[in-house]
Amino acid sequence: MLKTFLKGGVHPPENKLTSSKPIKRMSVPKVVYVPISQHIGIPAEIVVNIKDKVEIGQVIAKSGGFVSSNIHSPVCGTVTKLDKIVDTKGYKKQCIVIRTDPKNASNFEEPTLTLKKNFDLSSDEILNKINDSGIVGLGGATFPSHVKLSIKEGVAIDHLIVNGVECEPFLTADHRLMLEKAEEIIVGIKILMSALHVDKAIIGIENNKRDAIEVLKELARNETGIKVASLEVKYPQGSEKQLIQALLNREVPKNGLPLDVGVIVHNVGTIFAIYQAIQHNIPLTERVVTVTGKNLKNASNYWVKIGTPIKDLVNEVGGLPEGTRKIVNGGPMMGQAIKNLDVPVTKGTSGILVIPEGEASRGEVKNCIRCSDCVTVCPMGLEPHLLMNLSEKGLYDRANDEDILTCIECGSCSYVCPSNRPLLDYIRFGKSIVKQLNTV
Amino acid sequence: MDTQPIIVSASPHVHSDRTSKRIMYDVLFALVPAFLVSLYVFGISAFIVTAVAIVSCLVFEYVIQKYLLKTNITIGDGSALITGILLAFNLPSNLPIWMVIVGSLAAIGIAKLSFGGLGYNIFNPALVGRVFLLISFPVQMTLWPTAIENNTSFVDAITGATSLGAIKEGLMAGETMTEIGTRIPSTMNMLFGFTGGSLGEISGLALLLGGIYLLARKVITWHIPITVLVTMGIMTGIFWVIDPEQYANPMIHILSGGAILGAFYMATDLVTSPMTKKGMVIFAIGIGVITVVIRLFGAYPEGISFAILIMNAFVPLIDKYFKPRRFGTKIKAKILQ
Repeated sequence: MLKTFLKGGVHPPENKLTSSKPIKRMSVPKVVYVPISQHIGIPAEIVVNIKDKVEIGQVIAKSGGFVSSNIHSPVCGTVTKLDKIVDTKGYKKQCIVIRTDPKNASNFEEPTLTLKKNFDLSSDEILNKINDSGIVGLGGATFPSHVKLSIKEGVAIDHLIVNGVECEPFLTADHRLMLEKAEEIIVGIKILMSALHVDKAIIGIENNKRDAIEVLKELARNETGIKVASLEVKYPQGSEKQLIQALLNREVPKNGLPLDVGVIVHNVGTIFAIYQAIQHNIPLTERVVTVTGKNLKNASNYWVKIGTPIKDLVNEVGGLPEGTRKIVNGGPMMGQAIKNLDVPVTKGTSGILVIPEGEASRGEVKNCIRCSDCVTVCPMGLEPHLLMNLSEKGLYDRANDEDILTCIECGSCSYVCPSNRPLLDYIRFGKSIVKQLNTV
Repeated sequence: MDTQPIIVSASPHVHSDRTSKRIMYDVLFALVPAFLVSLYVFGISAFIVTAVAIVSCLVFEYVIQKYLLKTNITIGDGSALITGILLAFNLPSNLPIWMVIVGSLAAIGIAKLSFGGLGYNIFNPALVGRVFLLISFPVQMTLWPTAIENNTSFVDAITGATSLGAIKEGLMAGETMTEIGTRIPSTMNMLFGFTGGSLGEISGLALLLGGIYLLARKVITWHIPITVLVTMGIMTGIFWVIDPEQYANPMIHILSGGAILGAFYMATDLVTSPMTKKGMVIFAIGIGVITVVIRLFGAYPEGISFAILIMNAFVPLIDKYFKPRRFGTKIKAKILQ
């Protein structure tokens, strides 16, 4: 029996179309749009001016506080504008626009780095380096990594969990990274283990990525304390709380953090970024993005510079196919649909999904037939039908009492509802109001 | 880019292929074996009663929605169809046609649409129809055509009591179970359906077959049907062990009086049953206990219809107090906090 989390979950079709496509390098964009708020927390502060020349990896916006992150220039070029552009959520956000210098060779050369296994840094040095390198959680939450790693005195941690689950359908960025950069990831894990003073690390991978499991198992055999665990394929296993339960059978308390059960979780992408930063002094300026969709001819995985407009990615795979009705930033379960292709890739972009006619619209909303499927699939033990009703009727106090804020917005309820009820839409809405009311 | 607009909506952007319609048609399919048995046992009259119930349920739903409520017509969703079939399954096959129509009106008009239509009804519509008829026309509702012998005629059927009815009558008259046992069908006949009773309730085997299909298709879970039957089995078993001459054995109770039909098809009605697994078990225990109490100590020989309707009324309360355990509320986690 493969391990998995205990309650709820769904099995959407996996559609991992690009799992055998090696990660290619995206052509260098002519212009990059680098938002100053690519992470959860305080936006970074711009430290460049219009017409400044910038180098790859130069800090262009400085961390605005503890829960914030540096932003580095992904290209060599000239700052042309400090402008507001629409982000994936539809809001206008401050951006630094940089025109790539087409004559500068450093923009185009591929980094050929040799594996560097040894490191000799103290915890603080590692943490500072991670902080300086602008590393945030690359699994999608984009929480600044150094905050997660700064553990208060007296908090005991015994496990580092490495999240290679990638439970979102279609996405294969983490899968390819684990295959192609396995050794680097193992070194990254060792760096984090030494920084955190933990001697046990578990890499959790769903069983639909057999090849990655084999490769990492082989490497982990020579390491002490690193284990690879294959997990049953079930969404939303990549959610921190569900993953901890699946691997260690520990339950993060309500409103608590993984630290409360002695665990810290990092995505494999983040681990690789940490390796790059510590061993090669390379800040986070690019990431792996899966560009996929059933009708895309050249769906594949790409190394993409942060700030590349999604338009460029779409052009790279041969343009939008005829009959495209939806473009999603991220996977189909939790990604955001976008209208404007000028939206840039940010640190949190794990994939671009193109959805054709027929699969893009929702079905007709019908009456709730109380089938209880939403209750059954909710991994958090909530009652989505009830939360939707309470939010719809404006009974926010009761929604709060029914733990609406613990919803992880995985979308399993909306996915499974036979009456196509917009459960998660109303729950999100209710959550936002409850949050506002709670802060008053 | 072509002219059709790009759609922007909130996640998730995929949906499972499970729809309300598919659930309804799964239920329909599951009822086929039991219907075939009743066609074989009761002949053409089973077909007539079922057809009348279905047509009148659909017509009442259409007419009431179109002319009285002036809302969307929902006869295409399959739910009125199922109500019709389940109502027919709960009626004697020789019931006068006009009574079937009255029952359909009670089911669709009173139990379903006056509460707000699909999803809002508190009580199982088909059972409301049946109980409405049982209370209004007790004589016709308890005259059952005897099995097999008369499967060609409709009106002049020879009628007799059901097994449970015979047992009740016999016990009231002071007979013992051994004496009564000679007059009621064997357990095997009950299993295959060669017994008197409502149109669809007679064959335990056919109903179980459909029930397994529903379980396999995940339309229902085991919690309600198995708990109802186990509760009934245990409770009647205790009485039977205490005094086998005064109480029928558990097999008779489970295989007769619509227990299996009720447990698998009526109590599991999605709309009128609880939302959580814990709640379903409580609900099912309630049904089992009330059914046995009515059968052993009440005036009616059967009792599952009443039991289900009574427990239907408790569903909102059950849902309120039996909630799924929230993630992160383990006792161990509390200590850590």
